[in-house]
Amino acid sequence: MKMKRSNKLFNGLKTIKHDWRLYTLIIPIVLWYLMWQYKPMAGLLIAFKNYQPNLGVMGSNWVGFSNFQSLISGVYSAQFWRAFRNTFLISIYGMIFGFPIPIILAIFFSEMSNKVYRNVTQTFTYLPHFLSEVTITGLVLTLLYKGEVNTGVIANFLYSIKLIPEGAKIIQDASFFRPLYIITGIWKEAGYSSIVYFAAIMGISPVLYEALKVSGGNKLQEIRYVTFPGMAPTLIIMIILRVGRMLSVGYERIILLYNENTYVTADVIQSFVYRVGLEAGNQAIGSAAGMFNALIGFALVMGANFISRQVSETSLW
Amino acid sequence: MERLSRNEIIFKIIAYFIGGAFAIMALYPLVYAFSASISGKVAYETGKVVLLPKNINFQVYARIYNDKGFWISYINTLFYTVFGTVWSMFVSITGAYALTKKRMLFRNQVNLLIVFTMWFTAGMIPLYLNYVNMGVNNRWGIIFSFGVQAYNVILLRNYFSGIPKEINEAAIVDGANEYQLLYKIYMPMSKAAIATVTLFYATSRWNGYFWSRLLLREPTQQPLQVYMRILVENYQWMIDDWGDFLPFAADSYIYAILVCSIIPVLVIYPYIQRYFAKGVNMGGVKG
Repeated sequence: MKMKRSNKLFNGLKTIKHDWRLYTLIIPIVLWYLMWQYKPMAGLLIAFKNYQPNLGVMGSNWVGFSNFQSLISGVYSAQFWRAFRNTFLISIYGMIFGFPIPIILAIFFSEMSNKVYRNVTQTFTYLPHFLSEVTITGLVLTLLYKGEVNTGVIANFLYSIKLIPEGAKIIQDASFFRPLYIITGIWKEAGYSSIVYFAAIMGISPVLYEALKVSGGNKLQEIRYVTFPGMAPTLIIMIILRVGRMLSVGYERIILLYNENTYVTADVIQSFVYRVGLEAGNQAIGSAAGMFNALIGFALVMGANFISRQVSETSLW
Repeated sequence: MERLSRNEIIFKIIAYFIGGAFAIMALYPLVYAFSASISGKVAYETGKVVLLPKNINFQVYARIYNDKGFWISYINTLFYTVFGTVWSMFVSITGAYALTKKRMLFRNQVNLLIVFTMWFTAGMIPLYLNYVNMGVNNRWGIIFSFGVQAYNVILLRNYFSGIPKEINEAAIVDGANEYQLLYKIYMPMSKAAIATVTLFYATSRWNGYFWSRLLLREPTQQPLQVYMRILVENYQWMIDDWGDFLPFAADSYIYAILVCSIIPVLVIYPYIQRYFAKGVNMGGVKG
């Protein structure tokens, strides 16, 4: 038995020696992941510790679940549950309003028989995806700004069509934050997200459309019975991804867009982690909240994938 | 031309119209930002600028041109983008290539190591502590400790896997080793995939803000995004303190800086956009 094992090890070493070039190629990526992604996972231990920077991760004292306790029912609970609720609400609203738009856009793009027009519109709608969050939030903050002298052009427009009461400070008003965040997200990503659906539609055999036409189907029936089934696998994968990322609302944009006045509706778990853990320096609480978030997120991905595999052929793995 | 039925024509009209409207909405803030940046102060402040510039002048750009801090941050961003992308591509390409070799030991484990991070990461605080602990507070630190994304590695790996085995074997018979195989056969055959991933990495470097702001200690090392953000944060203060003395509207200045950050993206965009539409799909989302 022992011999066999050492034999296997010996063979392994022999193949590595023989094939050393291949193994040198895999080293950088493995080291990178270990150093910058997996080593920090050990740092998650501070969620169970009374972390003191001068003692380090290993030197700090264990405190069991007390950090989690103060999040769930202790001093941080009000803020934490508010953030939790906001995370879900922003995700769900984002899904309801944001998810269908790229699909509709893709269907519209596929209808455009003028190639030049289609290419131009597609190119323009993809563009915002490539802009940075700082640029985009910079634009949002200035376009919606309401001040003594300067008022952003979109703020002015919204006042003039009476969608928003004259003079309301949109950026400072908690009731506008979620729509603002979601519309900004749609503006940035809808075009780009339509690419996958567009490709799926383009992959549908024209014969299917012909067949439906011959049997007298109209346009809406065509979409209902040919287009949708044709993109079902893509749709399912996108839904799984979306559900899996439900808890990872783009925190960078939130942090760049919110302020004290809008925390009520804007603060999500990640921005809470950032504020408590980095700005206020309570790393242990921040880690605990982050871990809570990551674990639920992980469960959601697994769950979504499992359900999808049960009900259809499509799954992520 | 095939004959279209009535409801098909109506549907097409809607498609053209709404698709076009969406494109205009996507573009409007950018066009407006440029117009506002070159409009006269009075015209801007009285709300006359809606789409096209009024009383065109380039004072704001003259000011930015003379702003040393702006140029330093701009050059920093170029530096981070170029070297960062090279580093990201090096790690991703070598790794993705090795992962296509079924004979490699621990192949599945390495695969899992990479894919797992798409679903679970240590989180902001542990990452931060690790960066601080490892001394990531300078230029090279930012370049080497960031920039490998599992999604891109998988995209490359899947693309490499599609290259026919026969070509591979023929090259080996000719005496090529793994390095030559990758460099002389796989890479030239995967130009579209490599272009796409390069684009993804380069944009994420160009746009990177959060970690640079947290980690970089020296103001002279900060990238453009951080510089811009600090300006936006000081916006109110700017208007209050020198709004009246400026020859242009304070907003024009903000818009001008934003425009400057967008220009490189706009310049490269037409050349690359034909690649990424393909690229997004070719990798597939599957791990």
